[in-house]
Amino acid sequence: MSGLLIIVLVTLIFLVLYQLGRSSEMIATLQGEEEFDKKRNKWLGYSMLGVFAVLMGGIVYTHYYMLPLIEDMLIAASDHGEEYDRMFLITLIVTGIVFFITQFLCFYFAFRYRDNGKNKPVFFAHSNKLEMIWTTVPALAMAILVAFGLKAWFTMTNPVPAGKDKQIIEIIGKQFNWISRYPGKDGVIGKKYFTNINEENNILGLDWTDPACKDDIVIPTGELRLVVGKPVELIIGSRDVIHDVGLAHFRMKMDAVPGITTRMWFTPTITTDSMKILTENPDFVYELSCDQMCGKGHYSMRAVVYVQTQAEHDKWLAEQKTYYEIGHPEEFETEEAADGETSEGEEAKEEETVTMN
Amino acid sequence: MSNNTHNEGHEHELQNPNYGAVPSNDGHDHHDDHHHEEHKQHFFNKYVFSMDHKIISRQFLITGMFWAVAGGLMSVFFRLQLGFPEDTFQVLSTFLGDWAKGGKMDPEIYYGLVTIHGTVLVFFVLTAGLSGTFSNFLIPLQIGARDMASPFLNMLSYWFFAIAGVVMFCSLFVHTGPASGGWTTYPPLSALKEASMGSGIGMDLWLISMALFIVSSLLGGLNYIVTILNMRTKGMSMKRLPLTIWAFLFTAVLGVLSFPVLLSAAVLLIFDRHGGTSFYLSEIFVGGQALPNVGGSAILYQHLFWFLGHPEVYIIMLPAMGMASEILATHARKPIFGYFAMVISILGITVLAFLVWAHHMFVTGMSPFLGGIFVLLTLLIAIPSAVKVFNWLVTIWKGNIKFTNPMLFALGFVSLFISGGLTGIFLGNSALDIHLHDTYFVVAHFHIVMGISAFFGMFAGVYHWFPKMYGRMMNKTLGYIHFFITFIGAYVIFWPMHYEGVAGMPRRYYDFTSWESFSQFGELNKMISIAAIVVFFAQLLFLFNYFVSIWRGKKVEGNKPNPWGSTTLEWTTAVDPGHGNWPGPIPEVHRWAYDFRPNEKDGTDFIMQTEPLREGEEEH
Repeated sequence: MSGLLIIVLVTLIFLVLYQLGRSSEMIATLQGEEEFDKKRNKWLGYSMLGVFAVLMGGIVYTHYYMLPLIEDMLIAASDHGEEYDRMFLITLIVTGIVFFITQFLCFYFAFRYRDNGKNKPVFFAHSNKLEMIWTTVPALAMAILVAFGLKAWFTMTNPVPAGKDKQIIEIIGKQFNWISRYPGKDGVIGKKYFTNINEENNILGLDWTDPACKDDIVIPTGELRLVVGKPVELIIGSRDVIHDVGLAHFRMKMDAVPGITTRMWFTPTITTDSMKILTENPDFVYELSCDQMCGKGHYSMRAVVYVQTQAEHDKWLAEQKTYYEIGHPEEFETEEAADGETSEGEEAKEEETVTMN
Repeated sequence: MSNNTHNEGHEHELQNPNYGAVPSNDGHDHHDDHHHEEHKQHFFNKYVFSMDHKIISRQFLITGMFWAVAGGLMSVFFRLQLGFPEDTFQVLSTFLGDWAKGGKMDPEIYYGLVTIHGTVLVFFVLTAGLSGTFSNFLIPLQIGARDMASPFLNMLSYWFFAIAGVVMFCSLFVHTGPASGGWTTYPPLSALKEASMGSGIGMDLWLISMALFIVSSLLGGLNYIVTILNMRTKGMSMKRLPLTIWAFLFTAVLGVLSFPVLLSAAVLLIFDRHGGTSFYLSEIFVGGQALPNVGGSAILYQHLFWFLGHPEVYIIMLPAMGMASEILATHARKPIFGYFAMVISILGITVLAFLVWAHHMFVTGMSPFLGGIFVLLTLLIAIPSAVKVFNWLVTIWKGNIKFTNPMLFALGFVSLFISGGLTGIFLGNSALDIHLHDTYFVVAHFHIVMGISAFFGMFAGVYHWFPKMYGRMMNKTLGYIHFFITFIGAYVIFWPMHYEGVAGMPRRYYDFTSWESFSQFGELNKMISIAAIVVFFAQLLFLFNYFVSIWRGKKVEGNKPNPWGSTTLEWTTAVDPGHGNWPGPIPEVHRWAYDFRPNEKDGTDFIMQTEPLREGEEEH
């Protein structure tokens, strides 16, 4: 019923507009076409100033409407993010100046040189001098932006500076969630291969013949635990289709491509707890979003990122069980029974099954 | 070079009821050929399987309109989901059936609609509907040719496009739904039917449709190039061509050189889907099992795709730029400023268009060094683009502007092109692209610059050449309403999206409500959706105006109407001159296309290209 009403309403509006169009042409014929066109041209000339005013007013209004909404995101939470924000500001200023000048000229010229019966259009067809100016000026502006841009680009994409202590975490995408892997005590991420994957106890396809795998910790929810002030290198991969590790707060992003390993690194600078205070939002969390269309559940491919102090991180890490132990409880049962820690082990196991489902 | 001889081949079919046989103008006698076919052209041959470029251009335009409405309606549907994620809509279940049970859209069909919206708008509307329409209509008329070099291939070009459209339309109705991997259809998602429902038969139909479309585009493009280079009338040297023709020429060159690469990408994808090959597939575990494919590269597809994909945006932009140049000059009664610089900048854009494709792939893990090169080449494109904008501004400076419908849309085109072009400078700079990639910033950027602004070029073209096409005017008042709603509406829809993108809000999300970082834009998304729906209906007003005006619009006066006071050749012939364009000899050209200055001969403010130079007058 409401659908019918809408159709009727839209048709009515159309008919009204159509009649309006027809009648205005009739008025034009009555008043004398030329006279009518002249008047209309005058009003349309003024409307160009109006359009410009509406455009600029709208931009200012939108800006102040949007600022509170994106406020939290404007705080860059990594060193690369700060560099990004500087770059963004420089580009915004350069393009902003060009935007205002050219938009103004476009609408002002349209208004100023409207046909009012007195204008004598100037035959001005070319000027090499002018062409030179507006080839050179944009070229210089672009050169500056490219220089800043490439400097930032290479800072972000060059390897972690040698000699710096860094954290390594593997993050793997699959339809439709993330899986993260932390190296164990050895600090090495062990080998994996896709044919080893089984959903039951080897979701990443770890190669158990590689001893480096045995102490790796796998978090099936893709949770990332980063240490504030310490560079983190993400080793990125995918199990099925292309995903993308998007870390908006850190201004970082990298595709996860099956069959290829990609990497990115940055240094988180603000802990989750500090962000809660900075943003005055007790529920604040850093989020990892999938930024490459990956199928039906793309929009729900979310993981949580925690930035903690080294001490908090160490405590968390110590509480984790290795993936091998979780997947092969029978091999550990006897030892645990001897140590009298059975109950705790079982608890962890239960938790794991819940999250895995 | 005299081009008349080139027209000989198909002159025998150039006749029409009004003028009878076309007198040949090259000294040969063709009378024997004529009377066989005279007055016998069947409706079917005249309007359906027509070889007349003027009819074919209308076929392209009207088919493009159909797809624009279909694609626009899809965007209305998915905007309903984005703006009102909690609500249900009866209209969705009416149109989408089981895909929207109870009025709530399924994510599968959401992605299907997003994909098909992008595909049809980019290829069917803004490539075929824009370049197909106006290249066809204007090339022979503006260069002074009887028709395209090969009218038959031209007809095939349309019919391949039409069949491509039929196949695409059918894909909407298969039980696993249409292709749903985004208009870029990256594998492995698009290659594996286990990965997504849309990657089933829907994806096969998408690929077949695209292959047919590429054939159409190549047939059209080759024809345009050959026609422009070989069939110009006497005196129409390259430097006297209107800028529209220069734009169509380079558009065709871009298409001919880049579409075959997309075809190869599609063929390899078909092999991967059905032939067991591993061009794009490697080390994949999907649907509970590890696939046998190893050694392929999913990134290879992206290189092949964007090698077309980036030139494609210029295939869309150049015709709009060319027409805007023509329209701004004509309605400002002033020559286009920097004709030569305009040609050079089109050339520059064409060359650079082939060298920037990887800026769509900065975050695929490609070599940072290579990324740096692409940053440099990408930002270089800003220079010819800036030159064009400044030249347009100087063109209207000290003009005598008549605010006709086409002029308003051309001005709107310039404004939108500036807005959308400048955000390209952010995205082309890889360091900034890392964060902005695949966010709403990108959505805002390309919708403004190659969506709306190209549409404005197209609207300007339709309003400008409508009297040439049908001998009647479109209703001006409706045209003004159409302009103001669309122009303001476009900014209302897309300007706030930049902010969402700056906040990192990813594109192609079905629902944002569960995200801490992106859920605060609910109200805004609602507003954008409402604006999008209003703007969509405003476009129906345009279509209404178009079709009503074909039969009921105000007639333009004169046997050879020239309502805008244009200088170019298409206005030197009657509205319906029949197949062959000029009943008599093709006019000779004596001057460039932009002689907007007082004409002592008849007191007007323009001098047609056909008027010989005055004594002592130097050519521009």
